[in-house]
Amino acid sequence: MSTSKGAWFKQWRFGTICCVVAVLPAALIWHLSYLQVMPGQEKGHDFLQAQGQARTLREQKINAYRGVITDRNGELLAVSTPVVSIAVNPQVIAPNDIVRLAKALNLSAKDLTKKLQRFSNKQFMYVARQLPPHEAANATQLKIRGVIAQREYQRYYPAGEVAAHLVGFTNIDDIGQEGMELALDNHLAGAPGAQRVIKDLKGNIVKDLGVVRSASPGGDVALSIDLRLQYLAYRELKLAMSVQKAKSGSIVMLDVTTGEVLAMVNQPSYNPNDRANIKPNQTRNRAMTDVIEPGSTVKPFTVMAALETGRYTPESIINTNPGFVRVGRKTFIDPRNYGEIDLGTVIQKSSQVGISKLALDLPQNVVRTMFERLGFGQSTGTGFPGESLGVLPSRSKWHPIETATLAFGYGLTVTPLQLAQAYVTVANSGQTRPISLLKQDEIPAATQVVDAKVADQIAVMLKRVTERGGTATRAQTSAYLTAGKTGTAHKVGENGYADDKYVATFAGMAPANDPRVVTVVVINEPTSGHYYGGEAAAPVFASVTDSSLRLLNVPPNNSQHAEGVKQVARR
Amino acid sequence: MKMHGGRDFVRHMPGSTQTFKKGESFWRIVHVDPWLLLALLILTGTGLSILYSASGTSEFMIKRQIIFFSIAYIGMFAIAQCPVNFLERSGKWLYVFGIVLLILVLLIGVGAKGAQRWLSLGFIRFQPAEILKLAMPLCVAAYLGSRALPPKLKHIGGCLALVALPALLIFKQPDLGTAILVTASGLIALFLAGLSWRYILGSLLLVVVASWPMWNFVMHDYQKQRVLTLLNPEADRLGSGWNIIQSKTAIGSGGLEGKGWMQGTQSQLDFLPESHTDFIIAVLAEEFGLKGVVLLLSLYGIIVARGLMIAWRAQNHFGRLLAGSVTLTFFVYVFVNVGMVSGILPVVGVPLPLVSLGGTSLVTLMAGFGLLMAVATEPKKTQTQT
Repeated sequence: MSTSKGAWFKQWRFGTICCVVAVLPAALIWHLSYLQVMPGQEKGHDFLQAQGQARTLREQKINAYRGVITDRNGELLAVSTPVVSIAVNPQVIAPNDIVRLAKALNLSAKDLTKKLQRFSNKQFMYVARQLPPHEAANATQLKIRGVIAQREYQRYYPAGEVAAHLVGFTNIDDIGQEGMELALDNHLAGAPGAQRVIKDLKGNIVKDLGVVRSASPGGDVALSIDLRLQYLAYRELKLAMSVQKAKSGSIVMLDVTTGEVLAMVNQPSYNPNDRANIKPNQTRNRAMTDVIEPGSTVKPFTVMAALETGRYTPESIINTNPGFVRVGRKTFIDPRNYGEIDLGTVIQKSSQVGISKLALDLPQNVVRTMFERLGFGQSTGTGFPGESLGVLPSRSKWHPIETATLAFGYGLTVTPLQLAQAYVTVANSGQTRPISLLKQDEIPAATQVVDAKVADQIAVMLKRVTERGGTATRAQTSAYLTAGKTGTAHKVGENGYADDKYVATFAGMAPANDPRVVTVVVINEPTSGHYYGGEAAAPVFASVTDSSLRLLNVPPNNSQHAEGVKQVARR
Repeated sequence: MKMHGGRDFVRHMPGSTQTFKKGESFWRIVHVDPWLLLALLILTGTGLSILYSASGTSEFMIKRQIIFFSIAYIGMFAIAQCPVNFLERSGKWLYVFGIVLLILVLLIGVGAKGAQRWLSLGFIRFQPAEILKLAMPLCVAAYLGSRALPPKLKHIGGCLALVALPALLIFKQPDLGTAILVTASGLIALFLAGLSWRYILGSLLLVVVASWPMWNFVMHDYQKQRVLTLLNPEADRLGSGWNIIQSKTAIGSGGLEGKGWMQGTQSQLDFLPESHTDFIIAVLAEEFGLKGVVLLLSLYGIIVARGLMIAWRAQNHFGRLLAGSVTLTFFVYVFVNVGMVSGILPVVGVPLPLVSLGGTSLVTLMAGFGLLMAVATEPKKTQTQT
């Protein structure tokens, strides 16, 4: 038996088996090393490793901190606060976990379950967005499978409705939608970073491999406005709106020496922090997007055009007898017959007859060219979204009626900001600067658009408007001498100009002899009976200007007031 | 050589001359092969740690596996106590018992995933096919070992019939993996018994010729699909090719060193299917790299080598055929699993022995090692014979 064993088993048969048992694993290991280590093999290690990473490695977005918007003094107008959004993967979360989650977030478990069922074919669904971190923690600390917490930033606007139109707002994804938030979105937004994570088959993050690219925060923006003046203007405008039962209104205040916007407010406004119920008409920055017919506020520019021709001097006399003038089929009348008056009185009394006669005496297009040089019909260059250019008509041949009406502010449209810009040119001895909504580090170069002497002569005439006998005595303040011009324009209704709808405006500068600010007040459709610019807009101008100059530390220059102070001191 | 048996064995024992002499008698008395036991303990320990990672740190699975290992070790020690001639006699009864159960499975079996493989005893379900993994080598070894070797043609025929009956019954369930293993254990025993090369070459030719009708009339669609998938897994990436693509990805991304225990992304993050059963070696490959795979395969190699050594030293035909068949079937087991997971063999549903999660298969595997130990520690009758 043992010999036969030796014969058949010991020899080649056993050897064959040993060979097979050695060779097959060697082949397996060769194959495995092909898969695992050999470099450069097609579908080998490198390929498979890349495949493996393609299944699990993901780059997550790290939201960048959006830059803050401040006023010129660093007061915050828009800030980002960290918040947490809670989302779930409807395919992963367990039914009883839904109930726990709903409880933690104070949501209705029934509604949430229903919503999750509706999106059960999706892998991502927001449950609650932009929660304060401590509220989100209620949900995240439950460590429920399938719940995703995203760190985001929510925009908060400390100034609320006061600066809403100018600052604008972002949407829930932190993208600028309106105002400066939209205009400067690229600058503010920054660049989101990336973080490498490992996700499992169900999309859960299982491991954080660290930051690939850190988020670079957005740049900050300092607006030109002074929040104190902004508050002030807003308060006065809102008050005027309610007293006068007006439809809307705007106030623009410009810095004469720099061209910066110091305040820009509108009514109606809205709270950018709670936009659930806002209506589109609340969100318009009317000072820039809406146009008005400027009416009498452009009369000084007609006179300025006349002076520049050299055919008139401030002392030139216009005969306004008999208190009306017939131009073509139209008759323009003054409230009463002013008789023979100089150009200053034309402006002081806002004489339709005087301006019409003056305009008709001037060469064609002189007035229009003056308006164009002052910036009407053109962009102010702020780049504000939705800024209107207004319309300055251009004609090869002007009908006398058109010549006359253009001269006293009809047949063209301007924005309140454009009007203010034109008045800055007057206040600034004929020099104009680009308007800026951003704080300027250095004052931009000015362009002389009107002869300095002429502009100063107009400025002197504008002082008389607020003096006794002018149309806007109520634009005078106790501490500062002011200068300016009223405007009362009929609004365009369904059948031509409406008899009972007005836009009351006042455009003025202060202090009168060395203007620091130009302010334009527009009251749209006052319905309490006082609709003249001198009644509806001038008092608002007065209170805003007075308080603003005090805040700007401008020394009082009203002699009456100064005398009053002296008298008090004497006693 | 019979007299060298014991000596060779003790020479490998560690420690001084005195202790190994004690050891020799001790291991013989308790019917345990210490080298095999040591390798098995290391392997099962390693297997548990891989399973712990592959199951996603499931304590339930680990506890379950430990319980089955305990049963399996007890079973192994118990079987190792059996006298070899008792095993030789009982082989055919176990075989008959297994066949009866297999027929019962076809009639009243319960199943899952389109296969009817289990018999339910109310409290426990088990696969009767597992019994054949033991019964087949026992029975064929007994059948051939009691006859003159090399076997005559009629004995070869009888042997083939013994193999074919359970193989077909298991194939019918269907359970291709077990059918292959059971067939392999029978044919290996036949080969070891001295089948001449003419028959081997002839049957190989027959297999090639028969593959066409097999493909068209016998194989299930899912089995064909597996073969087609092997040839081109990319054809149906998200369907039948998914498993193999995922497992190759897991293996390949492990590299030389691996990603570390419980650090494998493919296996830990649910990308690798069946990661705790058939595809568990992909977990090892990803987490411990090529080094880990080679070490594990070496461990298997030690067991196989020890098994072959036991077969070599066996004192009679039966013992030799039994030990050879059990050892080589174990080798086929490992080779088929690693081959299918790494994409060179079709996916046939063979778990990685002693590492994959499994109940009955652990018990039968260890019972097989019990048979090996029984053969290895058989008291020497040769003294009296010579």
